Amino acid sequence: MHVYILRRLVLMIPVLLGLTVIVFLIMSLIPGDPALAILGSYATPENIAKLRADLGLDKSLFSQYWIWLSNMLHGDFGRSYSLNRPVLDEVLERFGATLILAGASLMLCTVFGLLTGVVSAVRQYGWADKTLTFVVLIGISIPSFWLGLMMMLLFAVKLRWLPVSGMYAIYGGGDLPDLLRHLIMPAVTLAVVATGVIARLTRSNMLEVLRQDYIRTARAKGLDERRVIYRHAFKAALVNVIPVIGVQAGFVLGGAVYIETVFQWPGIGRMLVTAIATRDILLVQGGVVIVAASYVLFNLFADVLQHLIDPRVKA
Amino acid sequence: MKSLFKGALVAAALTVSAFSAGTAEAQTPPGVLLVGQIAEPKSLDPAADTAVNDFRILVNMYDGLVRYKDGTLEVEPDLAKSWTISDDGKVYTFKLREGVTFHDGTPFNAEAVKYNFDRMLDEKHPQHDTGPFPLAFFFSAIDHVDVMDDLTVKFTLKEPYAPFLSNLAYPPGLQVSPTAVKKYGKDFGRHPVGTGPFKFAEWESNAKVVVTRNDDYWDGAPKLDAVVFRPITDANTRVAELMAGGIDLMVEVPPDNLGQLESDANFAVYQQAGPHLWFLILNTKDGPFKDKRVRQAINYAINKKALVDNVLQGTADIAAGPIPPAFAWAYDKSLQPYPYDVEKAKKLIDEAGAAGKEVTFYVTEGGSGMLDPIPMGAAIQADLAKVGLKVKIETYEWNTFLGKVNPGLEGKADMAEMAWMTNDPDTLPYLALRTDAWPDKGGFNSGYYSNPKVDELLEKARTSTDQNERAKLYREMQQIVHDDAPWAFIANWKQNAVASAAVKGFKLQPSFFLLLKDVSKD
Repeated sequence: MHVYILRRLVLMIPVLLGLTVIVFLIMSLIPGDPALAILGSYATPENIAKLRADLGLDKSLFSQYWIWLSNMLHGDFGRSYSLNRPVLDEVLERFGATLILAGASLMLCTVFGLLTGVVSAVRQYGWADKTLTFVVLIGISIPSFWLGLMMMLLFAVKLRWLPVSGMYAIYGGGDLPDLLRHLIMPAVTLAVVATGVIARLTRSNMLEVLRQDYIRTARAKGLDERRVIYRHAFKAALVNVIPVIGVQAGFVLGGAVYIETVFQWPGIGRMLVTAIATRDILLVQGGVVIVAASYVLFNLFADVLQHLIDPRVKA
Repeated sequence: MKSLFKGALVAAALTVSAFSAGTAEAQTPPGVLLVGQIAEPKSLDPAADTAVNDFRILVNMYDGLVRYKDGTLEVEPDLAKSWTISDDGKVYTFKLREGVTFHDGTPFNAEAVKYNFDRMLDEKHPQHDTGPFPLAFFFSAIDHVDVMDDLTVKFTLKEPYAPFLSNLAYPPGLQVSPTAVKKYGKDFGRHPVGTGPFKFAEWESNAKVVVTRNDDYWDGAPKLDAVVFRPITDANTRVAELMAGGIDLMVEVPPDNLGQLESDANFAVYQQAGPHLWFLILNTKDGPFKDKRVRQAINYAINKKALVDNVLQGTADIAAGPIPPAFAWAYDKSLQPYPYDVEKAKKLIDEAGAAGKEVTFYVTEGGSGMLDPIPMGAAIQADLAKVGLKVKIETYEWNTFLGKVNPGLEGKADMAEMAWMTNDPDTLPYLALRTDAWPDKGGFNSGYYSNPKVDELLEKARTSTDQNERAKLYREMQQIVHDDAPWAFIANWKQNAVASAAVKGFKLQPSFFLLLKDVSKD
């Protein structure tokens, strides 16, 4: 197990290196000039040339990449020119907010997804299954930013139960209940699609497992039905669901870009959108590297977890 | 099983009600105004900012030597009590207001003024590295600044430059505390210190910028205790916050929401025309627009009223010429917009033999002051199809778009959308209509318009220090440019704002600045 984890960690290095190359190349190849973005519509060619030199953008692509990479390995991610502060400070602050949001919605989609899937499978073709399958289908099909806006109109503007946007109240907030009140709508919105995916997958896996001989055996032994479902069937079905939850983590991080914009959640998704629009190269690169590294780590975690639940999965 | 599921639902319902039990968004204290901004500010250093969004905060924390008179774009004394201009228009001597201090307690004096301009303009200045200063060219006419005595400061210009005073009223001319810049260096933009009606209190990234009342403000303390600026980038969310009481005031309301808010007694809608022009740059060098008749035909063919009423839903007026009417003193009131006249346009196009020609049209997806560029581009395309021109639209994201348009349209496109917001009638024509402003000479005349008479008038207007004389020259220039039609003149944007009914004493300014000193909240 330790060797497995170590090997996976070592394998992360080429993955991350490749990633830095891709991110760097994409940012260099997209049209639009950071110097122009900084100077605005008043920029003259002369000013642009001077600023490009100041920013080191006149150097060769390779040496730009090398400087960026070696600085990064020394812990220096550079300075964001659109925000005028160190990239790492901004990225960590924003990533923290995204982790809270993504973590909450991953928890929601896992709990509700598994629960819905199990209920659907156990009550196959019953009214609960039909209703849930229908709701799940709607959940998967609804554009999440639209759902977010509708929830906002209902719960924040009409009913005034929840705050419209932001992470903490502007006045008198800052504690945990305040955070949770701000978290509910974005986390639920973000979780909807993933819940549906997990529910459907759990349902089909459970159905398959429930037809297995050993389940019949367990029932024949006279085991309590609840025990059959949770100890015997669910655990077996879970093995195939966990890697998908790992993949959903990626979708949740991606979906956070929209949801953070709609709910003004100060996360890294919204930061990246703004940074791309302002051609803040270092901020985009630094942000993507951190997000990608955490995604790779999360998948490693999911694989290890799968291994723990099912020793047959080869380490 | 069933009970487990039910249990989860009940738990979820309980959680929602526990956190929302009656205490939704805590009501903001009276005396604190919450303003919805369209984005996080880049910096709170006036020398480093270029966006109107940032200016809205800056003008409440800083003062300049001069400022725009309420409701106009004409200058009046601010930190300078008075000034004299030498006969040759090259030396400006300012008498400063006595007893003014920065929020950090250091005195505002002639040394501080000299420091402010040296920091921006002198590459050897020890704090020049706190830049870049994108708008420093507003003061590129300055040769040197001298301290005459503690409260007298003298600017010597390289050449006479009439827009100098109105440039001083623009945010790069706002005065910062030299002591604070030395203390914070590159981070000054996050620790701003000025002399204005509000003092900086807090900047929490992506959440709020808080400024509090400066009780010792030389021009009388403001009525509000504090102002909180909240960056809310999504327009729908901004409107939802306004309706839910999360903000008291927002600017740049989407036209779709304006009507709805206008009919609601809980809100007041404000509108104010500003120094903005939305136009099409026409390529006068190659292609069909080389011919003046075709350029005029475009101006006749575009149904500007339909654009302004339908696409922009009344948030703009029809433009007549190159200078926006907000510059009341320089605007030629006799100038009439080109009427919508399809027959006349067709006739001109036929005369020029341009019927059925294909033209390439650069359209942007967004960008500063561009309003609704894609629907506007499509509407213009349809209008031009009616007069027999095949318009091929190419759409680019704003930065890419600027990278294509600013170096000139030759060989690439026949027309391009563009919008400018300026602070002096000189700026736009001088930078974008003169022969010496062609892209290869570092200007923004991307359509290569050239008329020696216009060049002469603009040069003269810029060096004259007499406002009436300048106005006369600008009026003559507007007549010529109107007739030459190097651009299609489309719209002058009206800035809008919506405030809750509790907000009193608010007024929009033609400068598009958001002055909150005299605002109060019940």
